[in-house]
Amino acid sequence: MTWTWFHRLGSPPYIYALAARLTPWFAWPAALLIIGGLWGGLVLAPADYQQGDGFRIIYVHAPSAWMSLMVYTTMAIAAAVGLIWRIKVAHAVAASCAPIGASFTFAALVTGALWGEPMWGTYWEWDPRLTSELILLFLYLGYMGLRAGLEDTQRADRASAVLAVVGVVNVPIIHYSVTWWNSLHQAPSVMRLAKPTMAASMLVPLLMMLLGFTLFFGAVLLVRLRGEVLSRERSASWIREVVSA
Amino acid sequence: MSRFGSPAAGVVAQAGATHTQQSMGWAGSRQAPLLDAARLALARDLQLAFRKRGQLVQPLAFFAMVTMLFPLAISPELARLREIAPGVLWAGALLASLLALEFLFRDDAYDGTLEQYALSGQSLTWLMFAKTAAHWLLTGLPLALMAPLAALSLGVSAAAVPGIVASVAVGSVALSLIGSIGAALTLGIKRSGALLSLLTLPLSLPVLIFGARATQLAISGGPLLAPLELLAAVAVLGVTLAPLAAAAAVRISLE
Repeated sequence: MTWTWFHRLGSPPYIYALAARLTPWFAWPAALLIIGGLWGGLVLAPADYQQGDGFRIIYVHAPSAWMSLMVYTTMAIAAAVGLIWRIKVAHAVAASCAPIGASFTFAALVTGALWGEPMWGTYWEWDPRLTSELILLFLYLGYMGLRAGLEDTQRADRASAVLAVVGVVNVPIIHYSVTWWNSLHQAPSVMRLAKPTMAASMLVPLLMMLLGFTLFFGAVLLVRLRGEVLSRERSASWIREVVSA
Repeated sequence: MSRFGSPAAGVVAQAGATHTQQSMGWAGSRQAPLLDAARLALARDLQLAFRKRGQLVQPLAFFAMVTMLFPLAISPELARLREIAPGVLWAGALLASLLALEFLFRDDAYDGTLEQYALSGQSLTWLMFAKTAAHWLLTGLPLALMAPLAALSLGVSAAAVPGIVASVAVGSVALSLIGSIGAALTLGIKRSGALLSLLTLPLSLPVLIFGARATQLAISGGPLLAPLELLAAVAVLGVTLAPLAAAAAVRISLE
């Protein structure tokens, strides 16, 4: 088995060109899936018998919440790869992930709060999932803050990678402690969103949105990665060729 | 990175200079066994701390002041204060331990001791463990001993004291360990206080949750073993992993 394809991934000029080539392959399917999913979710799907039209926010909320965790996982894996094999491009991927993940987390929180108002009668409920999501936002902000605080890129890469890995070990503990905390302190008065079998007309658009958001993340990541590579390699000679071309 | 002296001499020389009276079976060999070097580092940290006693008192005074804020801000009624006492104690303990983290590596980073540790050829993980242990003895343990005093001032009955001491003692082990990672990561960053809390607090939340629950059960006289065990589990996980991460972070800061 030859590993050249893998080693080439570590080369900034190669990854810069590859990211440019791959971006449309993520962006277009993402656009189609999101438009299709929104059409299916907001227009075609029937209103929920309990929540009326209010449930439709799930088509943005659930994919955002899903992405907030997936992006963190991606970031931590990239950071660990960079830390273990000292691959600079992996660090660039991790650095590019953080603002995207923070945005998804923020979107999940805002849509969750907006959904909570008609359903629970309050914008904010100390619900375990909302609380864990808020903690996740702080984890992202800490990661970005640490990167911003360290001026030397290489040190920022490696230090923030340690933080991302530590965070990944902690996320399940935080999640379970918050769930446990909540089950002890909160009366079960909050209306739980029953999750029986979802009708296909509701489920299919949701799955389309999930896939669409994932591909959208891929596209944004590739664009950010190119920017990150450009800024890191700004003094390299291949940049001049790329820019003048 | 400046390299003075022979690398292996680092720790033993550093710690030995302040602690020559200690009988050392392996003093002759340059590579002291793991625990020996860690013990020397621990003794050194304790000795240095006792020479600057003023610094030791600061987190405790801070803890007392945070406790005082709540009666002033909410109400002096003991019945109400008793209800919020677990939260007050743990928020105070968390903030005080955060404040104390600044002392964990700052001086050693400043005078080059950390560099010497990294170059000494000794296991940096064990040395980090020793430093964190010293830090806990100097801040966590006094905090645990002071917590009952704060609790009594909030109207908690004396019967709860053993439970409160136990939960704060175990919980502060975890806090010191988690904090050591954050403190090591922010080494060399100027005005890192806000960043350090942003890094450390989210990771410390399980400790807060389990600790406050244990304290609450101690106050109400319930069975507090379960949250105490969970607290201990977090501490054990911290003991096994945090020194590794802190050592990696210290090495990165020296690169």
